[in-house]
Amino acid sequence: MAQHKVNYASNGGLPVALTSVDKLLNWGRSNSLWPLTYGLACCAIEMMASGGSRFDFDRLGTIFRASPRQSDLMILAGTLSKKHAEFARRLYDQMPEPKWVISMGSCANTGGMFNTYATVQGVDRIVPVDIYLPGCAPRPETLQYAVMMLQKKIRKESANMKKNKKQDLRLV
Amino acid sequence: MQVTNKLTPFFENLNFERDDNTMVINFGPQHPSAHGQLRLVLELDGELVTKAYPDIGYLHRGIEKMAENMTYNEFLPTTDRLDYIASTSNNYAYALAVEKLIGLEVPRRAQVIRTMLLELNRIISHLFFLATHALDVGAMSVFLYAFREREFAMDLMEDYCGARLTHSAVRIGGVPLDLPKGWLENLTIYLDKLPQNIKMYEDLLTENRIWKMRLEDVGTLSPEDAMSWGCSGVMLRGSGIPYDIRKEEPYELYGELDFDIPISQSCDSLGRYKLYMEEMRQSKRILEQLIEMYPQTEQKLMAHAPQYISAPKEEIMTQNYALMQHFVLVTQGMRPPKGEVYVPTESPKGELGFYIKSEGEPYAYRLKCRAPSFYHTGLLQEILVGTYIADVVTIIGSTNIVFGEVDR
Repeated sequence: MAQHKVNYASNGGLPVALTSVDKLLNWGRSNSLWPLTYGLACCAIEMMASGGSRFDFDRLGTIFRASPRQSDLMILAGTLSKKHAEFARRLYDQMPEPKWVISMGSCANTGGMFNTYATVQGVDRIVPVDIYLPGCAPRPETLQYAVMMLQKKIRKESANMKKNKKQDLRLV
Repeated sequence: MQVTNKLTPFFENLNFERDDNTMVINFGPQHPSAHGQLRLVLELDGELVTKAYPDIGYLHRGIEKMAENMTYNEFLPTTDRLDYIASTSNNYAYALAVEKLIGLEVPRRAQVIRTMLLELNRIISHLFFLATHALDVGAMSVFLYAFREREFAMDLMEDYCGARLTHSAVRIGGVPLDLPKGWLENLTIYLDKLPQNIKMYEDLLTENRIWKMRLEDVGTLSPEDAMSWGCSGVMLRGSGIPYDIRKEEPYELYGELDFDIPISQSCDSLGRYKLYMEEMRQSKRILEQLIEMYPQTEQKLMAHAPQYISAPKEEIMTQNYALMQHFVLVTQGMRPPKGEVYVPTESPKGELGFYIKSEGEPYAYRLKCRAPSFYHTGLLQEILVGTYIADVVTIIGSTNIVFGEVDR
């Protein structure tokens, strides 16, 4: 027989731990980050590997979605060329709020080894980035860690996105 | 353009320029099944594709231009990023071209290790092809199974060179490291398990009704077209032309090894898929022969050419002359003789060759990469015409293109 310590009659029939709306929303948001299936270059292969059987991204609640309308996380995996930059920004704009961006790999962070006429020297010139992920190419474990860092960040944020001072390129 | 206002709502003064079923759609460059950053402009008549223009350049990074400003050894890690699914094949093709330019003789142990890495990379690449191709067609479970197997092969690569994706394991003049202890045993264990896994994929796919319906007679490519479009690798062999550079112009140890070149006469996607499966078996055969060859070789990994290649670390630390040579090679880079060279190799995707023109400087005057995927992307404007829009993704998957080497 289960021993109930809560007396429903005396506690007004509310044996529920109450929490703030912020925490509840952030709990939901952080545990169901749906990244956009958006591969640019080599890092995309490691991104696929983290979605594959060994690293099993689904454990973190991340399920790759092929449409920006359904996703709230953009993993910019690989070299962003100047020709492609326009589309990256457009995809970012198509994602509904709240949305986050992980810049995966050296090329996305700073241009990396490709300091040429054709590549964007860091995707933060195009979209605001939350997590920078070093490596060329980063291992799937690194990407998992980045997602966990992002989850931590989300849990600290206010659920009201307007309160979060997020770097927005339109204001710069 | 019409101007809409309250008096003339937009639906009243609409006039269509065309009243047939034609439509132009834009596929990519961020389409999840475009295998990278392929943009296709498709002209449709109903669901039939009437014209297809592949538009490339979305991953152009200027790699060939970078080669002109880097010493030969500096450029080697950049070749990893061409065909990033099988990096060793790029490292190797580049190293082989430079070696031919210089006229280097690579020690036998290095040759054995290189060929092993090449064939292991072929298995990795083919498993990746299978995973993505099956995922594009809709078989999610095959993706998970194939990636499981691929991870074990990548563990082996990681044991050898420390990197999963960008190996740089082959250097100009040989290989930097000997095989670690127990590597060959692990490879043997992996190879023993491989056939039953390949059989499992085949059980899942080959007789699968959906798989057959999606692949049979889809993406047909006649032998004449395959030749005139410059196809190579499985695309060419899938159309019944027995051409493999490992057999035609044997390089490394391929002349001594015993293996078959599978050919398919069916000229369609299903035939090409079967070839990939068969090639994995052949790679296993090659690797097993190499495992036996390895103990018979001497323990020497880099070619002896003090003018071009640094001496082993031990000599650099103990002998003055070796240290001087090493200093010059690191600060200035090697200076190959004047001349030009083109060396083709059989990468997992087809003929991968590097053309290098040297003016006797530490930097290449011009470097050109002949990447198989580039030609297979051009082929899309031929084989996509007349197919249904639903088959476009299947055909792109079947050509096994990688945009790192298309755009360079």
